[in-house]
Amino acid sequence: MSKIEQYTIIAFSENAVGLLNRITIIFTRRHVNIESLTVSESSLHGIHKFTIVVNTTQDMVQKITKQIEKQVEVLKAYYFTKDEIIFQEIALYKVSTEALLKSNMIETIVRESNARIIEITAEYTVIEKTGHEFETSKLFAELNKHGYVKQFTRSGRIAVTRSNAELLTEFLNARQQEQIELSRN
Amino acid sequence: MSETRKITGSEAVILSLIEEGTEVIFGYPGGAIMPVYDALYGFADRIKHVLTRHEQGAIHAAEGYARATGKVGVVMATSGPGATNLITGIADAMIDSTPIVAITGQVGAALLGTDAFQETDVVGISMPVTKWNIQVTRPEDIPGAIAKAFYIARSGRPGPVLIDLTKNAQFGTLDYKYEKCHFIRSYVPKPTPDESKIIEAAKLINSAQKPYVLVGQGVILANAEEEFRAFIEKSGIPFAWTLLGASAMPIDHPLNVGMLGMHGNYAPNIKTNECDVLIAVGMRFDDRVTGDLNRYAKQAKVIHLEIDPAEVDKNVKTTVAVLGDVKETLPLLTRLVEKRDHSQWRKEFDECYEIEKQKVIQHEMYPSKPGLTMAEVIRRINEQTNGDAIIVTDVGQHQMIASRYFKYTNKRSLITSGGLGTMGFGLPAAMGAKIGKPDKQVICVVGDGGLQMTIQEFGTIMEYNIPVKIVLLNNHFLGMVRQWQQLFFERRYSMTELKNPDFMKVAEGYELNHQKVTERAQLDEAISNMLKSDKAFLLEVVVEKEDNVFPMVPSGASVSDILLEATN
Repeated sequence: MSKIEQYTIIAFSENAVGLLNRITIIFTRRHVNIESLTVSESSLHGIHKFTIVVNTTQDMVQKITKQIEKQVEVLKAYYFTKDEIIFQEIALYKVSTEALLKSNMIETIVRESNARIIEITAEYTVIEKTGHEFETSKLFAELNKHGYVKQFTRSGRIAVTRSNAELLTEFLNARQQEQIELSRN
Repeated sequence: MSETRKITGSEAVILSLIEEGTEVIFGYPGGAIMPVYDALYGFADRIKHVLTRHEQGAIHAAEGYARATGKVGVVMATSGPGATNLITGIADAMIDSTPIVAITGQVGAALLGTDAFQETDVVGISMPVTKWNIQVTRPEDIPGAIAKAFYIARSGRPGPVLIDLTKNAQFGTLDYKYEKCHFIRSYVPKPTPDESKIIEAAKLINSAQKPYVLVGQGVILANAEEEFRAFIEKSGIPFAWTLLGASAMPIDHPLNVGMLGMHGNYAPNIKTNECDVLIAVGMRFDDRVTGDLNRYAKQAKVIHLEIDPAEVDKNVKTTVAVLGDVKETLPLLTRLVEKRDHSQWRKEFDECYEIEKQKVIQHEMYPSKPGLTMAEVIRRINEQTNGDAIIVTDVGQHQMIASRYFKYTNKRSLITSGGLGTMGFGLPAAMGAKIGKPDKQVICVVGDGGLQMTIQEFGTIMEYNIPVKIVLLNNHFLGMVRQWQQLFFERRYSMTELKNPDFMKVAEGYELNHQKVTERAQLDEAISNMLKSDKAFLLEVVVEKEDNVFPMVPSGASVSDILLEATN
């Protein structure tokens, strides 16, 4: 229970103002650092999805997930270990075009790491790489061996679960049923 | 559902509150809420407003009202300082699960974020201490926000909600139509009971030799006192109560073994670590109840009946969690538990009680020394009221004494700040309780420290002639802090002794009936005078300066290490 591991929390919510703040204070109050956080639409109309990565104990992630789900505008919250989800991150690397043209080194690195070049100007070149953190970090290390990287950024994690549809579907159906019954009474 | 018609946002606020059955608003006007107060002016015959002397007084009064009646307490304040003055009470309501709707004024939407006069981000500030909050910037959103607010505040595990209304929303007009809220897709107030968990719990209970029930405020909030009684009486299991669970069952119930916690009774603490099945009903294993969690009920299988899934496994790991409203889950469980008699086990609690009686209770209740004790004051109130009163306390030694020794007989008869421990809660909460329950004797037990935190509410009591009875147990100290200094800080009494005003003169200034007691012989008559008074009454009892509250589970100790007397 006390072993620290990486967990991904996925929470589904209504699109409500201020909810992000409600969710982040749950972490700050417990001194748990958010490694990454992304918010996007889900496959369900009008429902947003928070994907939050934390390094903590299972006990803590369980408590945090319950506290998130307790928020009025959160529909459901789940937590996963790395093996339970398919996830990806994206990184952008800016190098000087001069360095790119000087030798074929950068080009080789880009090819071998399955990255791609998305913009070239006379001054700079932007390389994009999707993958897990260790992959995008590895590319950074290689590109930066000679100090080529002028700018670098990595996105938060995005993830889908191994379940067929969104995990939320069942919950939504049940809620809809309840609402129908309520309006009948 | 009412017909659609055009009115201002401010009128919509008042009409919506009336639709929700609001009888009384506790509040304080100011610039950014003036349009609502203007609308209120026209509705004086349909809704009462109590003007307190400070916004903190208003929120605590709303809490007292909500706790005494089970209805939603409504409080109103202006933007900026008006709103921030509510925060302590909102936090108090959050941790004690009290249903509150707080309405605050806000600068006009166009001025938001400009550091305008009395602008403060109250939605941001109140976020960690509200169940839900919202800022409304358009008049047409007001009825919907209020409907949602009341639904959220009172359903499931109750709590405070806050609605921040910008001035333009109050001034603007809308087509008014009110629809009550009964459903929010993302919000499940009560988990549906899981039959298999009930069966599992019943099996554990039926096989237990030394089962033990802990009851909390959940039973009171769910209005499930009768369901709890049926469960206890069939299963024959002794039960103890948390501070907020006081009065869920009468003190004289044969299976009632007393109060839990740091200053609770001896047996309930000791026996936690001797029972084999621990059944927690609507309580949250607060640290003041559990002491050191690593040495808490480790031998026992734990069953937790709880409405809030986030409370399960939060502090104490459960063997079986029975989620749901105890009003529904208790009868399901009662059906499956076997009728048992645990009188042998029950007797063990009595043996412990005898020890506590000898070492603590006897000389607290019937002191032989000349100085008055807090407990003997409560004993005499018991004798004269026979437990038929609502006790509202402040925070500190007197709170523990009143909780331990009052003879709770009626439901909802202890109103106290449990989770937050808010000094200054007592007096305004007592006002609110009396307004909510005008036919009940409401007795505010308060210390000299806490009284002075909200003493300005004497003004409210005077203006509205609220006949609360105030028992000031004056030891000229911040007694609980002093006790800790004595026990754990080598009697270094840092900033705990108080030079107090002449409370009788203060009472006189506010036209309260008053009496001061310094001798034991005066006590009975003074209490009788107080209880008979049809006006508010301040009874000051000068008690022993350096008395301590025992038993005590020192902070960080195990419940097994409960002390019956000072060791130094």
